[in-house]
Amino acid sequence: MISRRLVALGTALALSSAAVAACGDGSDDDAGGGDKTLTVFAAASLTKTFTDIGKEFESRHDGVKVDFSFGGSSDLVSQIQEGAPADVFASADEANMEKLTGDHLQAEDPVDFATNTLEIATPPGNPAGITSFADLGKSGLNVVVCAPEVPCGAATVKAEQATGVMIQPVSEEQSVTDVLAKVSSGEADAGLVYVTDVAAAGDSVDGVTFPQSSDIVNTYPIVVLKDSKNSDLAQDFVDLVTSDAGQSVVEEAGFGSP
Amino acid sequence: MTPADRGRPLTAARPLDLPRWMYVPASVGAAFVLLPLAAILAKVDWTHFGSLITSEDSQAAFWLSLKTSTASTLLCLAFGVPMALVLARRDFPGLSVLRSLVLLPLVLPPVVGGLALLYTFGRRGLLGGALDVIGVQVAFSTIAVVMAQTFVAMPFLVVSVEGALRTAGQRYEVVAASLGAGPTTVFRRITLPLVLPGLVSGAVLSFARSLGEFGATITFAGSLRGRTRTLPLEIYLQRETDPDAAVALALVLVVVAVLVIAFARPGRGAL
Repeated sequence: MISRRLVALGTALALSSAAVAACGDGSDDDAGGGDKTLTVFAAASLTKTFTDIGKEFESRHDGVKVDFSFGGSSDLVSQIQEGAPADVFASADEANMEKLTGDHLQAEDPVDFATNTLEIATPPGNPAGITSFADLGKSGLNVVVCAPEVPCGAATVKAEQATGVMIQPVSEEQSVTDVLAKVSSGEADAGLVYVTDVAAAGDSVDGVTFPQSSDIVNTYPIVVLKDSKNSDLAQDFVDLVTSDAGQSVVEEAGFGSP
Repeated sequence: MTPADRGRPLTAARPLDLPRWMYVPASVGAAFVLLPLAAILAKVDWTHFGSLITSEDSQAAFWLSLKTSTASTLLCLAFGVPMALVLARRDFPGLSVLRSLVLLPLVLPPVVGGLALLYTFGRRGLLGGALDVIGVQVAFSTIAVVMAQTFVAMPFLVVSVEGALRTAGQRYEVVAASLGAGPTTVFRRITLPLVLPGLVSGAVLSFARSLGEFGATITFAGSLRGRTRTLPLEIYLQRETDPDAAVALALVLVVVAVLVIAFARPGRGAL
């Protein structure tokens, strides 16, 4: 009696999980209207740029849908190392790409496709009147930067060394978007972010450039992953990013050319 | 039923049989919770464990977490117990709505709580201007951490104490009042001792919730060593460059949580 009930329960569980799986597949197909999905893991700073390039890619490849996972580069690398199903990876710095190539997870050598530099962001109207990097070292200001552990923080340390100005930040944030949020909300008087972040933020922050920033350049590499099940499509995506069409989208967002 | 039987607690009777199939989902559920804990243990780099958790950054985060969680638990007690009393003992229009709103942080994503605090106490927030006038800057300070923790932990205390108050009923309080005790004396001598177990477990839950607070803190308080970077924030940051340190600290947090729960057990048994 009890064992029959157990069997019934097991069957019910199996059926429902099958149903859930079927639903998942169905909705994927409905959403994409295609039969292939390309999964791209990309640094958070590429969100807008890659979404645009992804649309272009879909229009050039009938029946292909591009899925993006945007996040911190080091998060994405650890997800790929743990076996996340990705076809392409684009990193916001070379250090994180090296973590991945160190584990031989790439299909071919990474290609650099963009560069980014730092810029000072202030709340609209720049209420604290910041005009140079040296101003960030003044006491009594709420300056927010990235923690040295993350790529934008590593760049910030280099900027401090290049300018000889030591910043006493009120907070060392986890990501460049966190810095931007603290600035645009007016909590911070200034923050150090990327040029592209200031461009993407529009009216919610003002940007203050500083000459030394041109010496501190973050390079963005992109690579097809070894475990990709669509390696031809993945290579097509990388080719589109590095093509003239892709590069014009990249530059429009404020990135530099490698 | 003999008089002797009546005195025996219900739990001493032979336990009722559970449906046998229930052990299957129960075991799956238990494994789901326990396996990840085992995975953390398996991932710990034991040879460097000592140096990883005694690094300057780890120490600063650990003590900051203990200090802020203690402070926020005290705040929860100071404001949560009176709130629970009003909710449990008074009846006025809109009480049930007020009750739901006060308990909202239980279901609110902590990031949303952090944003709400920012819009209230931030420099450009609702009260930010007034605070600025009296020279108080909340954002990026340890006070902001304590506020974020209190915000998310308070409902745990209120729910615990309110439940205890409703279970305890008012008979002893009525008797004490009829014998001439004033409201404060009734509260101090009758109500408080009656709900003490609920109060203790509520306080322990609040402490545990404060200790684990992440989203509201990172949104509202920022992240700076020794000032606002609590243990969960330190773990999240270390994961970027030093996963071994992150795992070691995670284990420390798990151990503290287990100790806290173990401490709460006698309180719950007495309920």
